[in-house]
Amino acid sequence: MREGAVCDAVTEARNDIPSVVERTRPVKAGAGVVGAHFLGDTAVLVLGEEALILVPRAGEPRTVATHGGAILCSSADADRIVTGGDDGKVVATGVDGEPSVIATDGKRRWIDHVAAGPNGAFAWSAGKHAFARAAKGAEQALEVRSTVGGLGFASKGVRLAVSHYNGITLWFPNAHSEPATLEWKGSHLGVVFSPDGRFAVTSMQEPTLHGWRLSDRKDMRMSGYGARVRSLDWTAGGKWLATSGSTQLILWPFQGKDGPMGKAPRILAPAEAQAEVVACHPRQDVVAVGYADGLVLLVRVDDGAEVLARKGAGAPITALAWSAAGTLLAFGAEDGESGVIALG
Amino acid sequence: MSDKVPVTVLTGYLGAGKTTLLNRILSEQHGRKYAVIVNEFGEIGIDNDLVVGADEEVFEMNNGCICCTVRGDLVRIIDGLMRRRGKFDAIIVETTGLADPAPVAQTFFMDENVGRKAKLDAVVTVADAKWLQDRLKDAPEAKNQIAFADVILINKTDLVSPDELGEVEARIRGINPYAKLHRTERCSIALPEVLGRNAFDLDRILEIEPEFLGDGHDAHAHHDHDHDHEHGHGHHHHHHDGGGLKHYHDEEMHSLALKTDKPLDPDKFFPWVQDLVQKEGPSILRCKGILSFKDDPARFVFQGVHMILDGDHQRPWHEGEKRESRIVFIGRKLPEEKIREGFASCVA
Repeated sequence: MREGAVCDAVTEARNDIPSVVERTRPVKAGAGVVGAHFLGDTAVLVLGEEALILVPRAGEPRTVATHGGAILCSSADADRIVTGGDDGKVVATGVDGEPSVIATDGKRRWIDHVAAGPNGAFAWSAGKHAFARAAKGAEQALEVRSTVGGLGFASKGVRLAVSHYNGITLWFPNAHSEPATLEWKGSHLGVVFSPDGRFAVTSMQEPTLHGWRLSDRKDMRMSGYGARVRSLDWTAGGKWLATSGSTQLILWPFQGKDGPMGKAPRILAPAEAQAEVVACHPRQDVVAVGYADGLVLLVRVDDGAEVLARKGAGAPITALAWSAAGTLLAFGAEDGESGVIALG
Repeated sequence: MSDKVPVTVLTGYLGAGKTTLLNRILSEQHGRKYAVIVNEFGEIGIDNDLVVGADEEVFEMNNGCICCTVRGDLVRIIDGLMRRRGKFDAIIVETTGLADPAPVAQTFFMDENVGRKAKLDAVVTVADAKWLQDRLKDAPEAKNQIAFADVILINKTDLVSPDELGEVEARIRGINPYAKLHRTERCSIALPEVLGRNAFDLDRILEIEPEFLGDGHDAHAHHDHDHDHEHGHGHHHHHHDGGGLKHYHDEEMHSLALKTDKPLDPDKFFPWVQDLVQKEGPSILRCKGILSFKDDPARFVFQGVHMILDGDHQRPWHEGEKRESRIVFIGRKLPEEKIREGFASCVA
């Protein structure tokens, strides 16, 4: 198919690589997992319907009901998980497992996207409308030209990228300045700022990424994927952008001033199945990759060394998350067969 | 692949009766639960917590193909609905009266996430017996909806005379001779006629013989809700035309059926058909075919929507079965000679 930019996949039999599988604490979620996060050393699995499962490092998993229907999106900061549901509610849940409704859509529309930002700020969207609220401050609203495809906070200040059809809009919800729109034809879905704030990157409806260098709005196209890129994450310090969308782990270099422009991606961890989700270790250049056959690998960016974290014989991996210290890795699967791996 | 959720697309020009049909589907006691994607929330008179409002956002794909469009809102909504997979058996998408069905259909072929979890069941078009002929003249959307349909309900038959009804049926047949046609009042129809059709299953596309009006008995068999009334229609119809039917050829939208009993060369056929849909994709609304390739023991079946083709080997040819290749196009101002010659050149 369309694997143009990436080299031929070589499928490795991973019988003899180091393994941390035996350090897994299995968690039966009982339903499809759509997100994973950490609050301290408590893993949080977000289910597709109604509830979260809190898995403390010591102690029994606990199910917390948060929504009256589907959970469509989730995001987290250090203190809370923010979820959006088809019940029109935005709910925050802390490690105490006490959910609170922090916003409600006036028309009870689906909450399509949520984003937790720095210093307690958060944002959500319903249809064409994006909303944002700082920890102390009023709710701000922005209408974009089509349904919001994704929301991403910059790591500093309350600055938000809102993706939509034919571009993204950069928005300072608390400033009076006009939002600025960066154009690129097509449907933009997920959107992220680079940790240094110099670039914004979107995953598109097509199997491609688009990026902008914000200083001069120079466009970048990152293509060659076999499937839509549904998972993006920055390695520690923002050196690499790790992505799903192929049967390998694709990493784009963002070290230089030009980012990946004119450069080839690094391609690691070839497998038989599609990489569905990626999560970067918070401190080291190591990426956890979850595949469509249930395989989870830890991949070191420098030399491509691999560690087996879950054997590939099952439902697709749908969520991965590292604890802030990088000592715990949580994974969730479409069939609910999830777990937490202790690495430290 | 039977665990994919079937999706029925309801189209029809403004006022034809889509909402009536939708309410009928939702209110009938059939023991099945439907998630419904609608455009106008208020019109649904049914309490159903799985009703979702759509925005009909048609997105072009960045692949240099102007007719490769998807419904961005459907990509998002189906992903969301799938989180509640256990709560419904099927999905119904109601489009606005002015909608083009193609982006809806293409979403199922072009978005891998949607395609993995859901499958298109059929495009069902509700047509207004009294006004359709006018709309075919002045509304390209109405013509698209007829051309694209797998099932057509000619609704409000009580508002027209038998002659007018025969006329409108002939007009529809002139555009799309392959759709299953039903005459209804207030969209009264047995639901299996519109739901669970598997019209996009490769295994089912073989029913591509035109359904002629004269085959009254077949059509009648499906009108089981009001036998006397239907009989009346049939009677009038036959009386008027003496069992025959009017043939219309729509100047703009029409179908083209080709067949050959000579085996085809796959190395000629695939490049030809791919090139054809690349160049003529905007004018080809749908195509279907059953193919017999040289030295190939299995039948190959395919279907397409504009530039998107989907095909596979279906089953071995049976002993004694006539190995004939048949191919059908429905489209706007199709270059008939070019297609005819191209198809003929694919013979092995």
